[in-house]
Amino acid sequence: MTDLRTENLPPQGAPVRLWGRALRSRNLVIGLLLTLVFALAALISFVWTPFDVTGMDIANRIKPPSWRNPLGTDHFGRDILSMIMVGARVSIAVAFVAVGIGLLFGVPLGLWAAARKGTLLDEVIMRGNDLVFAFPSLIIAILITAIFGPSAFNAIIAIGIFNIPVFARLTRSGALTLWQRDYILAARVAGKGAARISVEHILPNVTNLLIVQGTIQFSLGILAEAGLSYVGLGVQPPTPSWGRMLAESQTMISFAPHMALFPGLAILLTVLGLNLMGDGLRDLFDPKLRGRS
Amino acid sequence: MLRYTLTRLLSLAISLAVASVVIFLVIEILPGDPAAFMLGTNAQEDTLAALREQLGLNGSMSERYLSWVGGMLTGDFGTSYTYRTPVAEMVADRLWISLPLAIYALTLSTVIAFPAGIWAASRRGSAADVGVMGVTQLGVAIPNFWFAMLMVVVFAVNLRWFSAGGFPGWDEGFWISVKALTLPAIALALPQASILARVMRSALLDTLSEDFVRTARAKGLSRRQALWRHALRNALIPVLTIIGLQFSFLLAGGIIIENVFFLPGLGRLIFQSISARDLIVVESVVMLLVFAVVLVNFMVEIAYALVDPRLRHRR
Repeated sequence: MTDLRTENLPPQGAPVRLWGRALRSRNLVIGLLLTLVFALAALISFVWTPFDVTGMDIANRIKPPSWRNPLGTDHFGRDILSMIMVGARVSIAVAFVAVGIGLLFGVPLGLWAAARKGTLLDEVIMRGNDLVFAFPSLIIAILITAIFGPSAFNAIIAIGIFNIPVFARLTRSGALTLWQRDYILAARVAGKGAARISVEHILPNVTNLLIVQGTIQFSLGILAEAGLSYVGLGVQPPTPSWGRMLAESQTMISFAPHMALFPGLAILLTVLGLNLMGDGLRDLFDPKLRGRS
Repeated sequence: MLRYTLTRLLSLAISLAVASVVIFLVIEILPGDPAAFMLGTNAQEDTLAALREQLGLNGSMSERYLSWVGGMLTGDFGTSYTYRTPVAEMVADRLWISLPLAIYALTLSTVIAFPAGIWAASRRGSAADVGVMGVTQLGVAIPNFWFAMLMVVVFAVNLRWFSAGGFPGWDEGFWISVKALTLPAIALALPQASILARVMRSALLDTLSEDFVRTARAKGLSRRQALWRHALRNALIPVLTIIGLQFSFLLAGGIIIENVFFLPGLGRLIFQSISARDLIVVESVVMLLVFAVVLVNFMVEIAYALVDPRLRHRR
C-alpha cells in the first residue's frame, strides 16, 4: 500500500522534465486537446463558419447529418455545426470572464485576509465569503438574470459573483501556509511590507493552485451558462448558444434527435476536457495527489 | 456544544438577514416602478394605483422591507398577483413535488455512489477502478438537463416505460407518482452520484494509508476486513458532509430539471412567476429556497459537531 513513486520524481524546478511529465499525463493531453478543439472552433467562428448562423433556409429544415451539413440542420434550416461553433464562443467567453471576476476580486481578498490573519478584517472577509458560499448559486443567478433581463452580461455577473469566495478561500488557505515559511520571515526582516510580500512572494507560489481551481471553475461556468441559456436566461437570439439550442430541440426530439444530440455533446466534451486538464495539471503540480480524486 | 450551536445559529440568522436584504434590493433597484413592470405597458392608471397600494409602494423602502420580512416571519408570504392566491399555499402545494424529488435523487445518488466508490478504492489501479473513475468523469461533465432529455427519448419516446413529463398528483396513487418522479430523480442524481463516488473513493484511499489500518493489517486482518471494519467508518465523515451539501443543492438544482419534465414544483413556479412578472411570488420563493439551503447547511454542521467533537473547536 505504501506509495513509493515519489522516488522517481524529478527534482523540483526542472522545467524540461515538467514538460516531459506533462506529455506523459494522459488526462492532461486528452483534456488539452478537447479544450483546444473547442477554443479553435470558437476562434475560427469569428472569421468563418460553414453557413451563416442567422440565415434561415426553410427548404432545408430539420435535415439529419449529411455532407452538406455534417451535424444536420435545425427547424429553421440553420446549420448546426456553424451554430455550435458560434455557441462555443459564447460559452467560453461567459465562463472565462466569470472566472476572471472570481480571480480579480477573490485573490486580493484572500491575500489580504491571510496577511492580516486573525484580525477583524480577516474575520469579516471570511464570513462574507461563507455567506456567498452558502447561497444556492443557481437560484440567485436565475433571480439576477430574470430581474435585470436575460443577457450574456448578466449571466457573467451572476456566475462570476459565486466564483469570488471560491478563489478567496483557496488563496487565503494557500497563503497562510506560505506565511509560515522561512523565506517570508527573511523578506520581513529585510523590511518588506505585508502588501509587497503578498505580491512578490505569496502570489507566485499560489499560482499553481489558482490555475487548477480556475480550470474547474471554468468548466462549472460552462455548465452554468448552458443551464441559464437552456431556461432562456442566457444570451438572446439570434446569437446561438448551446443551452438554447437544446431548449429549442426539446419539442422535436422524437423526430429530430440530432438537434439535441450535438449541442449536448459539445457541452459534455468541453466540460470533460477542462476537468481532465484540471486533474492533469493538479497531478503535474502536486504529484503526491496523483490518482486520489 | 451549546456555545458552538449558538454561534452557528447566529451566523444562520446573519446569513438569512443578509440574503433577505440582497433579494429585496435586487427587486428594488429594478429600473422603474415594480407595479408598472408587473402590469406591462398597457396598464390602466387605476389598476396601477391599486397594485401600488397592495405592494405598499407608497411607503418608504425600509417600511416595505420590514413589512415583507415581518410577513414572512409570521407565515404571510403575500398574495400572488397573477393567481390571486396566498403565496404560502402555492409554495406548500409545490413543495410536495420538489421535496420528494430531492429526497429521491439523494437516495439514488447515495445508493449508486457508495458501492461504486468502495469498489474502486478497494481495487485501486485495477480495471474496475479505472472504469468507475472514467464513468464518474463523464457523470460530472454531463449537463443534467441534457441527460434528462436523452432519457426521455430512450425511456419515454422509444421504450414507453415512463411518461415524458407531467405529474399525476399524489392522490392518484403513491407508485404512479414515484414513477413520474423516477426519470427526473435519475437525471438529478447522476452528477451528484459521480461526485459522491469520487469523494468516497478518495476518502477511503486516504484512510487506507493511515497507521491504524496498517496496525489492523499487522494484527492479521485481510485487506478487505480492514477496509470494512476500520477504514470505511473513518472515511464516512467527508462523505456525509458532501451528502448534506448535495441535499440543498438538489433542492435548488431541481428547478431546471422540473422544467424538462414539466413537473409543477417550485422551479416551475419560479419560472412561471418570472414570465408573468409576478415579483411577489419570485421574491418569496427565492427567499424560501435560500432559507431551506442555509438551514440544511446549518443542520449538517450541528450533526457533525455532535459526531466529531473536534469540529466544535476548529476554525
